[in-house]
Amino acid sequence: MPELFRDYLPVVIFMAVAGAIALALMASAIIIAVRKPDPEKLSAYECGFKAFDDARMKFDVRFYLVSILFIIFDLEVAFLFPWAVSLGEIGIYGFWSMMIFLVVLTIGFIYEWRKGALEWD
Amino acid sequence: MMSLLDHIQGTAALPEIFLVVAAMALLMFGVFREKSADIVNIAAIVVLGIAVAMVIWGGEGRQEAFGGSLVIDTFARFMKVLTLFGSAVAIVLSVNFMKTEKIERFEYPILVLLATAGMMIMISANDLVALYMGLELQSLALYVVAAIDRDKAKSSEAGLKYFVLGALSSGMLLYGASLIYGFTGHVAFPEIARALAAGEPGLGLIFGLVFLIAGLAFKVSAVPFHMWTPDVYEGAPTPVAAFFAAAPKIAAMALFVRAMLAPFSGVLPDWQQILVFISIASMVLGAFAAIGQTNIKRLVAYSSIGHMGYALIGLAAGSPEGVRSVVIYMTIYLIMTLGTFACILAMRRKDGQVETISDLAGLARTNGLHAFFLAVFMFSLAGIPPLAGFFAKYFIFMAAIKANLVTLAVIGVLASVVGAVYYIRIVKLMYFDEPAERFEPMVTEVKAVVVLAGLFVLLFALFPQPLNSLAEAAAASLF
Repeated sequence: MPELFRDYLPVVIFMAVAGAIALALMASAIIIAVRKPDPEKLSAYECGFKAFDDARMKFDVRFYLVSILFIIFDLEVAFLFPWAVSLGEIGIYGFWSMMIFLVVLTIGFIYEWRKGALEWD
Repeated sequence: MMSLLDHIQGTAALPEIFLVVAAMALLMFGVFREKSADIVNIAAIVVLGIAVAMVIWGGEGRQEAFGGSLVIDTFARFMKVLTLFGSAVAIVLSVNFMKTEKIERFEYPILVLLATAGMMIMISANDLVALYMGLELQSLALYVVAAIDRDKAKSSEAGLKYFVLGALSSGMLLYGASLIYGFTGHVAFPEIARALAAGEPGLGLIFGLVFLIAGLAFKVSAVPFHMWTPDVYEGAPTPVAAFFAAAPKIAAMALFVRAMLAPFSGVLPDWQQILVFISIASMVLGAFAAIGQTNIKRLVAYSSIGHMGYALIGLAAGSPEGVRSVVIYMTIYLIMTLGTFACILAMRRKDGQVETISDLAGLARTNGLHAFFLAVFMFSLAGIPPLAGFFAKYFIFMAAIKANLVTLAVIGVLASVVGAVYYIRIVKLMYFDEPAERFEPMVTEVKAVVVLAGLFVLLFALFPQPLNSLAEAAAASLF
């Protein structure tokens, strides 16, 4: 039994340290920080929308466009990470596969840029 | 460049690579130049022409690309040429329509090119991953193309409907593919065939097969997965509907044939009964549902559902003769459909495009050529000798009878009799009814398509041999 506890010792230390730092930060914020609350600051943050409102309200379709364009590049990064880690094994084939993918993506990016999809007005 | 292609075993896929690179180059050209639609249209047709040349002179026999993911054999080459041809004609038909409707965009031919690249991958697909990739590349471009007239509610509706149902069918197809992979341990078609030859197929594999067939049946718009077809054909601009009815159907049918015969020829009885059901349902629904239609595009949509049913009979036979008849059927279907849609495109009055059947009344007296060729296409679609459509059906039924599917062939003949009712009703309307207001004269390129397709349909009986032997060689390469 004691051996089992010893195995988990690092986790216990980690939790203790994490708890101590978190407490210290919160305490220092309560003691030191300047506080001028107003309703906007106290309300929950919801990307510019009211937190408690009808979910079926109208919103600007441009949000949708921006989020789609954002997701494309988000996924690109998600794709690049495993590629970067395994580049040593996949060699020149893997390298050029990704380069071709990036070129295709860049062409799409140039298209959306020229089309004005990135401008808000 | 070539050595890099060799390194990744992509030399055999050069036409596909060329198509995609050309599409991207045209996209850049179009976006950096004002009013580029005309030039991009012409360039896209030239690109499709070059791709045809690359497919035809790309080598002989069976080639493989990307480690066997794509296979290029005579069947693939023939179907690819048909698809490229269908796409090129669809662009030709669209030019004038887009201009008069003021929805001219350089993106349209580029999307057609990308969809065509997807179709070529579908035709060559030799494993489940390539199958899905080709299908998605094609479908994503087609969803956008359906909604290209985005300010019209009907066009957006068509695009959205097609997208939602297409996504559902892709999901079913993927589920089926994952079951097949799970129960055989392979995604490559030859490996799946080998795994099936080694042991009894499990129930799980049959489930996977059913889901795969459901997904593919959606793409060829066979009953009971046909619901999107009439709405999409009606809502999409007419040249887009012409494109939908032509090239993607060829590619999907080629994919269907290969996906059944290459990996699953060992479990033929299992999928044969599904295909028999699908083709009977498609033929019967196509025949009966079209009777009540008043919109000519909806009518052609139901007619194409019926035609897919006939083509699937050839696949259900599962023999080289069956595949040969499918190849012949799809070739003739492609040309009849393009001709019919060219006739529909020519239904234009001063105040715009019309598409109800009653607008055709008395066409024989106001525009004899238009009426004559539309009548030829209608008789051919109905399968009346000596037009091309008759031979298409003849080969299909022969193959079915040789494969002991006599009931199927008989139901097919009966359905085509019922179907003849609404084709001949249009002919009667054009020749024996009081003339409606006359149409604007046909545009040159539309007239050219109508006349060339009409001559093919009329004269096929005299020169059936070239298509016959090509189809035979194509079918032989699959077995």
